[in-house]
Amino acid sequence: MRNYFKYAVVLFLVVSLLALGGIGCSTKEEGGATPTPAATPYKVGALFASSGFNSTLGQTQKPTVEMLVDQINKAGGINGHPLEVIIYDTKSDTATATTLANKLIEDGVVAIIGPTSTGESMAVKTITAQAGVPLVSCAAGSVIVEPAGNNTWTFTTPQLDYVAIDRIYTYLQEGNITKIALLTDTAGFGAAGRKWLVNQTMLSKYGLSIVPDGDQTYGTSDVDMQAQLTKINGTEAQAIVCWGTNPGPAIVARNMRTLGMTIPLFCSHGIAFKSFIDTAGTAANGVIFCAGKLPIVDQLPTTDPQKALLEKYKTDFDAWYGSGIANTFGGHAYDSLMMVVDALKAVGPDKAKIRDYIENDIVNWPGTGGVFNMSPQDHNGLPRDPKQAMILVKIVNGQWTWLQD
Amino acid sequence: MSSAQFVQYLISGITLGSVYALVGLGFTIIYAVTKIINFAQGEFVMLGGLLSFTLIHRAGLPFVPALILAILIAAAVGAAMYLLAIRPSRKASVVSLIIITIGAAIFIRGIAGQELTKDFVRLPSFSGEESISFLGAHIDPQALWIIGTMVVVTIILHLFLNYTMVGKALKACAINPVASSLVGINPKTMALVAFTLASALGSIGGVVLAPLTPLNYQAGIMLGLKGFVAAAIGGFKSPVAAVFGGLLLGIIESFVVAANWGPFTSAYKDAIALVVLLFILLVRSGRLAEEERAG
Repeated sequence: MRNYFKYAVVLFLVVSLLALGGIGCSTKEEGGATPTPAATPYKVGALFASSGFNSTLGQTQKPTVEMLVDQINKAGGINGHPLEVIIYDTKSDTATATTLANKLIEDGVVAIIGPTSTGESMAVKTITAQAGVPLVSCAAGSVIVEPAGNNTWTFTTPQLDYVAIDRIYTYLQEGNITKIALLTDTAGFGAAGRKWLVNQTMLSKYGLSIVPDGDQTYGTSDVDMQAQLTKINGTEAQAIVCWGTNPGPAIVARNMRTLGMTIPLFCSHGIAFKSFIDTAGTAANGVIFCAGKLPIVDQLPTTDPQKALLEKYKTDFDAWYGSGIANTFGGHAYDSLMMVVDALKAVGPDKAKIRDYIENDIVNWPGTGGVFNMSPQDHNGLPRDPKQAMILVKIVNGQWTWLQD
Repeated sequence: MSSAQFVQYLISGITLGSVYALVGLGFTIIYAVTKIINFAQGEFVMLGGLLSFTLIHRAGLPFVPALILAILIAAAVGAAMYLLAIRPSRKASVVSLIIITIGAAIFIRGIAGQELTKDFVRLPSFSGEESISFLGAHIDPQALWIIGTMVVVTIILHLFLNYTMVGKALKACAINPVASSLVGINPKTMALVAFTLASALGSIGGVVLAPLTPLNYQAGIMLGLKGFVAAAIGGFKSPVAAVFGGLLLGIIESFVVAANWGPFTSAYKDAIALVVLLFILLVRSGRLAEEERAG
């Protein structure tokens, strides 16, 4: 009798596991609608961190691409050819990303979009370059595409890391702030940002200095930053710049309020998620961060070249994936895919021609991140002037508000 | 360092230390009864937080019932883990059983990420968010809830182990399993009790921690590690020693940041836990070996 019970339990577990779905399935997921059998599909590869520690960033990228593929194929595909995007989950792991990049090349894709993070992109770009497959990354590390001459096959669509720091430092300088403290994540995004934040040329350009004891860090899995903030509280710092992705900055905002600290908190675009406001609660109010225009699209003037496109993306994505989730990271996937799609439309499925097209013909091209002007010298294409490249957003009453300066 | 700053570092350390202590208690209880180090212990902290959030936001339960139900579910998961993974392989060596717990941890983490949420979640504070001033330091009211919960739980656990039949049986089983089974205590039942109790303790930690700091499905890894160090400082012997270990670790971590001394900047905060662990293992290894022989 007991044995039967045991089998029943095991059977129940197996059945419930199958019912849960997804678990144990292959990571390969085909995006989009059924291709029309008449024409051969155009195959594009995509690598996104849908799980793992970068999944906060990668979360919206896969559904964005799936939505676009659906829209494009419903509208008749690209010159009659259905678009097929093979999306793999890198699990936020560089080794997995390289394996999957090789797999995509074997799958016969004409271009690859992604990966989500700088680390993964750095690992993947040599493989794609050797195979002669254009890579349009979704990561902000300037090392990915600079200098462009050494990265012939690699492009990237987010605003580059140092531009974001330029943007915040410009604002600090204009607000007559000279002494700052840093609180950065020790992992990828935060560490890459810190490199630019502490850069002496960068600091002196804006007349800033970091106070003694003002260069603090925290681990990605830390649950409390009160000790670091107490340290900063004892300094002359007039503002804190926190570089990291959720939940670190949310904990910092909350801890600052607990400690009764009133100096302003500046964050990176790594907090441009609704979840930041959810996790930081009312402590989110007053936090200022730099970002693309997507968070404040409703406040943009109608003359803005990106407004229509951003509004459409936001509305479509709300309907496709759930309300209020669209963010700039999904936007990077949008830009990367649409560049490849435009290239396919113009030159067909020829890898070298696609590369040439993106390098030379993505000019005055409005995307979600800005108006792109690619060139053989610039494989990012977004303006480097901080005020043109990014905007500042201030959280007021739990809402993103455009901080015009 | 001013006295206000000193108090601030101390309280911040005690708050975190209390969470480590709750996890460490679980490690200690399971080890005492079964000699297994349950590496899934941290996952129950995560479950406590994520289950509460899911029950409130998806099942629409009121706050307090949701928290209680979350703790009960986590305890049931702990019991199920023992019944389905540990008990069927009871003939395996202790090392194999420890490896099984690592597998169980990965399994629980995976299911939580897939079925509960991949996002970071935060619960509302138990009693407002206005910080309290104390000797020039500022305290989040939730920190008091965490410290208070840890103290109350430790007292209840102490009373349970010393003044109830089941508690005494648990202790007996920990002291001498053979003798206690001779007097009619079933070690298997006691192991089940230990796993259930430990999971409940971990999830209580998660429930009180979630309002202070956002948790996600991977939050259990680091908290489990810290709880393990807390239990190791306490020598896996008594619950009170584990609490002491947790508090000590929390305070050390906090003052490492405060000292900012030489190479020990805040970046080394987590490494300190491991250095403390290595130190403890070095100092204790001789004694542990003796105890093994004696046992």
